[in-house]
This record gives sequence, C-alpha cells and structure tokens, in this order.
Amino acid sequence: MLDIFDILISAGFWAATLRIVSPLILGTLGELICERAGVLNLGIEGIMTMGAMCGWMWVYMGGDLWSGVLFAAFVGALFGLLHSSFTVYLGLSQHVTGIGITLFASSLSYYVFRMLLPNATTPPKIVPFQPYEIPLLSDIPVVGEALFSQTPLTYLALLLVPAVWYVLYKTPVGLAVRMAGENPMAVEAQGINVLSIRTGAVMVGSAFMAVGGAFITMSAFDAFYFGMINGRGWICVALVIFASWRPGKALIGALLFAGLDALQVRAQQMAGAIIPYQFFLMLPYILSIVAMVIMARRASYPQALLTPFRRGERT
Amino acid sequence: MQIELREHIAPWRIALAPVAAVAVSLLLGSILILWVGASVSEAYLLLVKGALGSSFALTETFTRSIPLIFTGLAAAIAFRARFYNIGGEGQLYCGALAATFFGTGLVTLPPLLMIPFLMLVGALAGGAALAVPVLLKTHLKVDEVVTTLLLNFVILLFVGYLLEGPWKDPMSMGWPQSESIIDEGVFPKLVDKSRLHFGLLFAVIGSVLCWAMMRFTVWGYEIRAVGHNPSAARFSGINVNATVIRTALISGGFAGLAGVSEVAGLKGYLTLDISPGFGYTGIAVAMLAQLHPMAVILSALFISMIYVGADSMSRAVNIPTYIADVLVGLSVLSILVSVMLTRYRLRWR
Amino acid sequence: MALLAFHHITKRFGSLIANNDITLSLESGEVLALLGENGAGKTTLMNILYGHYLADEGYIEVDGTPLPPGSTDAAIKAGIGMVHQHFTLAENLTVLENIMLGTESLWSLSQKQTAARKKLAQMSLDYGLAVAPDAPVSALSVGERQRVEILKALYRDARVLILDEPTAVLTPQEAESLFSTLESLTKRGFAIIFISHKLHEILRISDRVAVLRRGQIVGSVATADADRSSLAEMMVGRKVERPSLDPMATGKAVVRLEGVTLQNRNEVPTLDQISLTVHQHQIIGIAGVAGNGQSALADLLSGLSSPTKGTFELLGQAVTRASPADIVHRGVGRIPEDRHHSGVVGDMTLWENLVSEDLRVPPVSRGGFLIDQKACIKRAERLIEQFDIRCEGPEAETKLLSGGNMQKLILARALSPNPGFILANQPVRGLDEGAIAYVHGQLLAARERGAGILLISEDLDELFSLCDRIAVIYHGKLTRSFDAKSVTAGQLGLMMAGQDPGDIELPSEQTIEQAKASISDTLQDQGTKIHAD
Repeated sequence: MLDIFDILISAGFWAATLRIVSPLILGTLGELICERAGVLNLGIEGIMTMGAMCGWMWVYMGGDLWSGVLFAAFVGALFGLLHSSFTVYLGLSQHVTGIGITLFASSLSYYVFRMLLPNATTPPKIVPFQPYEIPLLSDIPVVGEALFSQTPLTYLALLLVPAVWYVLYKTPVGLAVRMAGENPMAVEAQGINVLSIRTGAVMVGSAFMAVGGAFITMSAFDAFYFGMINGRGWICVALVIFASWRPGKALIGALLFAGLDALQVRAQQMAGAIIPYQFFLMLPYILSIVAMVIMARRASYPQALLTPFRRGERT
Repeated sequence: MQIELREHIAPWRIALAPVAAVAVSLLLGSILILWVGASVSEAYLLLVKGALGSSFALTETFTRSIPLIFTGLAAAIAFRARFYNIGGEGQLYCGALAATFFGTGLVTLPPLLMIPFLMLVGALAGGAALAVPVLLKTHLKVDEVVTTLLLNFVILLFVGYLLEGPWKDPMSMGWPQSESIIDEGVFPKLVDKSRLHFGLLFAVIGSVLCWAMMRFTVWGYEIRAVGHNPSAARFSGINVNATVIRTALISGGFAGLAGVSEVAGLKGYLTLDISPGFGYTGIAVAMLAQLHPMAVILSALFISMIYVGADSMSRAVNIPTYIADVLVGLSVLSILVSVMLTRYRLRWR
Repeated sequence: MALLAFHHITKRFGSLIANNDITLSLESGEVLALLGENGAGKTTLMNILYGHYLADEGYIEVDGTPLPPGSTDAAIKAGIGMVHQHFTLAENLTVLENIMLGTESLWSLSQKQTAARKKLAQMSLDYGLAVAPDAPVSALSVGERQRVEILKALYRDARVLILDEPTAVLTPQEAESLFSTLESLTKRGFAIIFISHKLHEILRISDRVAVLRRGQIVGSVATADADRSSLAEMMVGRKVERPSLDPMATGKAVVRLEGVTLQNRNEVPTLDQISLTVHQHQIIGIAGVAGNGQSALADLLSGLSSPTKGTFELLGQAVTRASPADIVHRGVGRIPEDRHHSGVVGDMTLWENLVSEDLRVPPVSRGGFLIDQKACIKRAERLIEQFDIRCEGPEAETKLLSGGNMQKLILARALSPNPGFILANQPVRGLDEGAIAYVHGQLLAARERGAGILLISEDLDELFSLCDRIAVIYHGKLTRSFDAKSVTAGQLGLMMAGQDPGDIELPSEQTIEQAKASISDTLQDQGTKIHAD
C-alpha cells in the first residue's frame, strides 16, 4: 500500500499521467463533438493513425512542428468530410462507414509511410515537441514539475476542454450542434441546415482526433510505428460514453484512466516478476469496458445519435 | 440533392452493386499505383497473375480465403441482426486457443472424430468470447461495437502471454509459438504439395448451412426481423434478446472456426500472427457479399485474391503491400454507396 | 394584395401526386382552414411553404415578392412560422434554448441569453402564453410544448402562423384556450393557416375553408356559408356515414384488470392502480391526452410488460409473466399504435409479416423450426383476398403498401384467428376516410361475433361513434367507464385534464343493463377515490 502512495505523490507519476492523457483528451473531445451532433465516428482509430503519420511525416520532411500539427488537423478534417458525406449526406450506416474509414485510413497511413520511406528498417526519428516550463509555476516543487513542465500540445489539450465546453454550451453554433444531435428536425425548422452543422461537427471532431494521433508521434514519442495507436481510439469512444457526452466529465474520465495507466506502468516495474506484463497491458482495455458498463444505464444518449436526417424526405 | 426511394428494385442492380464497388475501389487504388510510377494496367495484371496465374497461386488464393469465409460469415450473420460484432479477430484467436489447448495432446481421438471435435471446441470458444459483449448489450445496454473491439486487444495480449509463458514450445528456439497439433487433429490437404487444406470444404459447408438457416428456418426469420425492425419483431412475439444472443453465439462460433482452421489446417501450431487482421477483413467480406452467406464465398475469394496478388505485385513493381489493405478499406466504403444506389436514386437539382 | 399566395403548386413523390396545381391566397387577420383527409396533401403544401420540400412546379409569394423555394430560413425571414404536428423540440434542452436556436448569427462568440429571456417574458405577457424558460422540454405537458412552439414562431416575428393539426393532442378545453389565443392573434393582424380534419373546429375558428382532396383544391368557401355535412362531403367526395352502434347484451368478461400498477425502469408508475373490465360484445374506449399512460396500458395488454402489482385476467385465466407470444396464443388480437414502428417489418414480405405471430406453430413451421413457405403463402393469399389488401402479391415488400393497406394487413393478422379480446390502439391514425370506415367496420363485426374490444384513441368523435362505454386515463390513473350515450365531450375533457370524476356533474346512469357489469366499476370507484390526488 505504501508503495502506491509513494507513486501517487511522485511528480513523475503525474507528469506521466498528463502525457498519457493528452491524446485521450483530444480523441475523446473529437468523438464527443461528433456524437453531440448525432454522428458516431468509428473512424477515430484510423483518423488518429493518419494524424500520427501525417504530423510526423510533415516534420520529417522538413516542416516545423506547429505546421505539422495543423497539417494533421487538416487531413483529419478531410477524413471527417469523407465520413460525413457518407453518414450525413447519404445517410449510410454510421457503424460500417466508421469501420471502413478506420480500415482505409490506417492502411493508407502505412502505405504512404512505406511509400515515402521504403527502406527504413529502424523507424527514423524527428525532434519532437520539448517540454515547456511555465515560468514561476514550474518552480513549485512536485506540482510544478508534474503539471507545468509539459509539452505545448498537452497544454493545448487541457485548454481545449473548457474551450469545447464553452462553444457547446455558450454559443449559438454549440446550441445548433447539440440540437442537431437531439432533434435535427428542430434545427431544420429554425432555418439552419442540419447537414452543414453535422458535417462541420464531424470535420472539427475528426481534426481533434488527428491532432490526438499527432501528439503520439510528435510529443510523446519521436517516431511512427505500425499499430502505434493500438486501440486508443476505441478507448476514446468508451470514454465519451463514460463521460455522458460532457466535456468536463470527459476530462475527469480521461485523467482517471490515464492515472490508472501510469500506475499500471509503475506497478509493472515493481510486480513485473510476479505478474506477466501482458496482464498490465490489458488493464486499459478492461477498464474501458468496465467504465462503459458502469455508465451505460445512466447514460443519456443524444437522442438522434445514429439517426440520419434526410432533408425533404417524406416520412 | 434529393434522395428518393426506388419503388422497384431491379435484381440486376443488386447483382451489379459489388461489381461497381470493386471497380471504383480499383480505380481509386490506381491513384496509389500511379504515385509509385508504375503502370496501372501492368500492376493489376501482375496482381491477377499473382493470385490466379499458376496452380500454386490458385491454391494460395483458396487457402487464404478459408479464414475469410469464416470471419465473413461471422460478420454477415451478426450484421443481419444489427449486432455489430467487430470482435471477429479476438474470437478467431479464441477458437485457435481452444484448438491448441485440446489439440496438442490433451485429447486424442481418431482423425474422423478429432477434427470435428477441435472444430466444435473452437466454435464454442469463439462464441464464448462474444458471450460477454452480447450479454452486456442485451442486459445492460452496453454498446457492442466498442466492447468487441476492446476485447480484441485483451484476447491478443492473453494469447501473447500464453505463448511467451506456459504454452511456449520448448523446442521453438525462443519463438513465441505453441506445441504442434497432434497428427490426428491436422486437417488433411485438399491438394497435394500445396497448403490448401480441407478447411475450404468446411467453410463452404458452413456457408451453405448458414444460408439454409437464414432462408428456411424460424431462426433465420427471427434474425432478419430483429435486424430490420426490433420493435415490430418484439411486438409480434419474437424474443429479441434470445435472438440476438443466439445470433451472436453463431457469429462468434464462425469466427472461432477461422482460428481452428488456421491452427489445425494451415500452420499446425499457434503463433501470435496467425491472423493479419482476418477478423476485420471479414467485415469487408460480409459487406461486399451484401450479407448473403453464399455470396460470402465469392467475396472472400475476391479479397483473398487481392491479398495474395498484392504480395507478388508488390515484389515485382515495388508497391507497398499495404495496397491490399487500402483496396479492402475502399471497397467497404464503396459497397455502402453502391448498395444504397440500388435502393435509392439521387436527384440533383 | 394578398399577404400570402400560392401559385400553381405541384409536388410529386415518385408516382404519387401530393399537390396538384394548387392556387390559394391568404389575407392578414384571416384564419384559413385547410381541410382534408389524411394524405390529401395539406402537410405537403405547408412543408413547401415552409421550405422543407421543393415544389416541382409553381411558386409562392409573400407580400407580392416571390419566396425563395426550399429554404426554411427564407420562409422564416419572410414572416412565416410553423407549428409542426410532431413538435420540433429537443426534449433534453431548455425552453429558452429551443426558442433561441437560430435567432442569432451562428458565428457570434456568445449568446445574448439575458436579452432573450427578457423578450420571451414580455411576449409571454403580451400573448398570455406563460412558459418557464429554464425548464427542460421533457418536463412540459403536451399543451405547454405547443405553447413553446407558438412562441418560437412569434419570437421570430412571424406574421403567418401555420398550425398543423394542433388540436389532435389537446383536451377540448385546451383546444378552446388555443382558439382564444388564435383569435387574439388575428385581432393583431396575424394570418393563420389552420390544418385539420375535424369539422367542428374548422367551423368554430376559421374565416374561410379550402378543401383538399387527393392533392387538389376541390372547394374554397367562406366558413359562414358552410356546414358540417357539405364540408364532409367535399372532403371525402361522397356522403360520409358514421358507423352506428346497435345495442347488444354483453357477455362474460374477457379482460379484467384489478388494481394494476405498472412501473417503468425508474420505478415511476406508468399505470397507477387501474381497474377495468371488458366484456364480450362490448367496445370500451380509453380517452386521454397523449402520454398519460395509454402506451403503458397497451404494452400491458399486448404482452410487452407484466403488471408490477394487481391482477390481470384474460379470458378467465390469470396472467402473471406475460410475453407477446403468450398473449397472442391466449386469444388476443392486437393493433399497435404505430404500424411502421411496431406493426410490420417493412423490409420483409407480406406473407412473412402475416405469419409473424405464429412462427413456431404449424402449419407456419414444422417442428417449430422449418418454415413451410408454401403453407404460409397460401394463408397469405387467402388473407389478402379476405381483407382486400391491395398489393402485388404475398411476395411483395411490405413497406410498399399504402397506410390503409398496411393497416388491413395488421387487421388480417390480428383478427383472422377470431380473438376473444381485441386491443385497438389508435387504429385509424393517419388513414383516409375509406380505410377508417373499413377498420371501424371490422371492429364492429368483431364485436358482433362476441369479441370484447378496448379502443384507445385521442379522438373523442371516434370514441363516441364506436364505443359502448368510455373511460378516461390521466397520469396513469383510469376513471371508471361511463355510458358513451350519456357522457358529454365536455365532461370527458375535464377528466382528461385531471379533474376527479367525483367533482364533475355526471349523468345518472344506473340502468339495469349496466348494473350487471358494474361490480368492477364499483371496485374501481373506490380505487379512484383512494388514490385521487
């Protein structure tokens, strides 16, 4: 027990938690925005892979880090557009479209990577984002080291939580997005184009996902590996349910999750001899399932989630 | 743009849909080939040759199609009931685990019994792997898509643990692989001096049985009714939960059979890479087949052709093998649109 | 110049002509009633006006300027407001949020909630339409939701208000209060289009009536010159005959509910200690505003749920853990509320839908497993003929049927086994007059044959013309039943709004015939008194 306590007060643990949580926050917020507008985006796993590859490749090819992030976001938004042309405009199955996009986007990422770097045996590296120590705050013992010596993308992820909350709950466009997920006909009846609102939400959400993927290759690591997203996208989908579609709760859920993951890594170092490491690695996935089970009954789904809206169709 | 329901659906449209989808995918894929600087026609010709050009290539294509037929059936039957089983990959490994557990010496029966026995336990294990998600769905309303997806990772890690730990073959020179399936349990070869084994026959029989069930039985009726309109099904007296659970078990069972056939038919032992994503590709197979069990055979053969052909094509013209996965991903998307166009017409104005 | 004018509007859906060359105009301060059967094209026309649909031909002018077609935004800006039949409100959002949507530029960085709240409060005062701005819509009653819909339109400065079947979900008293609101609006110069198929309302509220039949305007008259029967004839195209109910001696009880309580998942009672008996040769009507427990009652009687408390006896046998299959095989015929949602599987064939209640029973299947397609198709052919289902044959897809024929299919499935008890939940909703007459005729014939029937309807006219007795459901509680010949619409309306029957002056009605069937009623009387709030 004491060991765990020691871990919990160590700055390293909290720093690791924030590092793990960043892509999860970005992915979860992205999925949340899509689902709030009524569109389940199962393309997330593929879009994160795409973002990871594109951001990294941009920098590897000589671009700077921030424009790499923008490029990843742009490509993510393009896949969002692809998703919404299928699910929003044509009203096709959101499940199958999402899976199709994941298959397509991840294999395309690998294809492009192999195409541009055919002979790379050990994955080449870039110079990733460096930790930025916020003046004064980072001097606070433990807390400073844990919270205020992160890479800029982590700060960005954390800042996006209140930003997304504000947009969703305090601005007209946020109201329209939420309404599109509850009753698209109500949006239509007030003279707003439901299809545009949903498309916009899916594109923005997908851009978030792609940046989440880019974080992994440009901030957490410095190289692109095959299969490096490794189910993080699916975990984000579970986290959205756990968070009852609320940005604040999404942050709490993601932190809880990342904390347990960081703990798991440390526990693995201590107990690795007794318990095989695979069981520690299973924990995030099992935790996600447990989180969904806990929340599923209470969850208040956006009422129009999965329901396509066809303008002018006779019902 | 206006979307209108067609009042009558011409059968030729339904038959044409997958053809059109494949054509569109190949067309889009050719952009990637052009990027390499290769000639598109030459590349696709190489692909076809690599998959069908020799008797060796043919047997490889058929061999590769076996797990795809099984996982394709798994997806097709589950999707018919609107149960989105994306866990084919995990269930495949569960089937493989069961076959390895019972087939490496624990049980010894004459081949005529041993092979069906291994298939039975593999199917049961595949079904069992889906039991948790389906019960969570029917009883706690937990979305099955995410649970089945996440379980894939859990199961794969578990297989990794077994293969590096208790199940590791001491003679494997450090590779994480299991001991071999005993001779009685190994599927006989269908064609001598090839890798093509009896699994193909079993897969075809599976498709026929699946089709007959969908077409002629109360179970098939219930699956279709629940998939199209669960509330009407429930109102008319169908036990929706029982139907979904039964469908899920059958679906998981088929995915489990894919694992059995890879272990007992192809490899002879279990490794961590017996499936390069057959579970996920099965979804593409099912979609291309428009969820029709007999069409699953054709669509599995086609996708297997792409994979086998892409291997040799990429060697010849230096295109990354991922081209096959890209084509499969594209075909899932394009079949969605082309099937929609059989039922609806788009009017631009 | 007319405030609003339709010019030669034509709209087709596939081969169906929903609106055929419609020309119509409206002055300010006028209430124009649009009268027509279900499917006559009223809603389609309004959807074209409001920009939901694009007309194939023709155009619309507001104040002499053409209205850009297919744009709801343009319609709103031109001063058109629509109260849809199915409210366009998001239940999980607040009243204020629902009203504010679309009133500000989408790209502004903040919402002017305070100003909106003030404007809304002022409007509520001006028009006498009180609402709680921060309540979630899900907490509002149907009447209140309608108020929000009207406020939504007024908030955006509508001058023309379209109301699509606004009274369908209201009690007679609520409808009356809606009418006075509308009158005060017309006095301020608003123009109103009032869509309905209820003649007495149209005569009550409108200045002019335009009658639509099969997509065409078949007549346009000043309301002062019109009367019920002429309008009815214009609407249907022939004389309408209301079914007549011959008195019959009732037989033994087919359904008996006593103190039945049903709880939903959150343990809130959806049915609260209700008691009810239906006898052979009897039609009992359940009146009530939508959402007061009708679905719970229907679910109970169709086997979708089992009572939490109380006794439920069906044809003399107790039902404890019911299932739809069990209920059907005990001899219940069920007509569900929404035929598309729970009545048929549209993507399956006619014959498949016709046998769906007997899947595991011969001759439909052998051994409860193998479906005997030949036998099924034979049965389907027989039923198609017997119930006059217009279709391409038993192998056709069910979703291609018209509403009336789909309902006939459901009738065929429910009534052909000669059930002892029939549950008819809104059996004529959305049907045209011919189909309505057919459904009613079938129900009356079943009554004649000896079935007991429970008819749930929101339409008091339907209940009065078809039922022997009528009970009212309110907040999950059921009143005792009243003789349909002596109770009035006003009295039912008060009960539908929640008044205790004890407080309403009701006709004395102890005839000998009713004394026979009144044991349960007395029991139930006690029930209501104890549990009345």
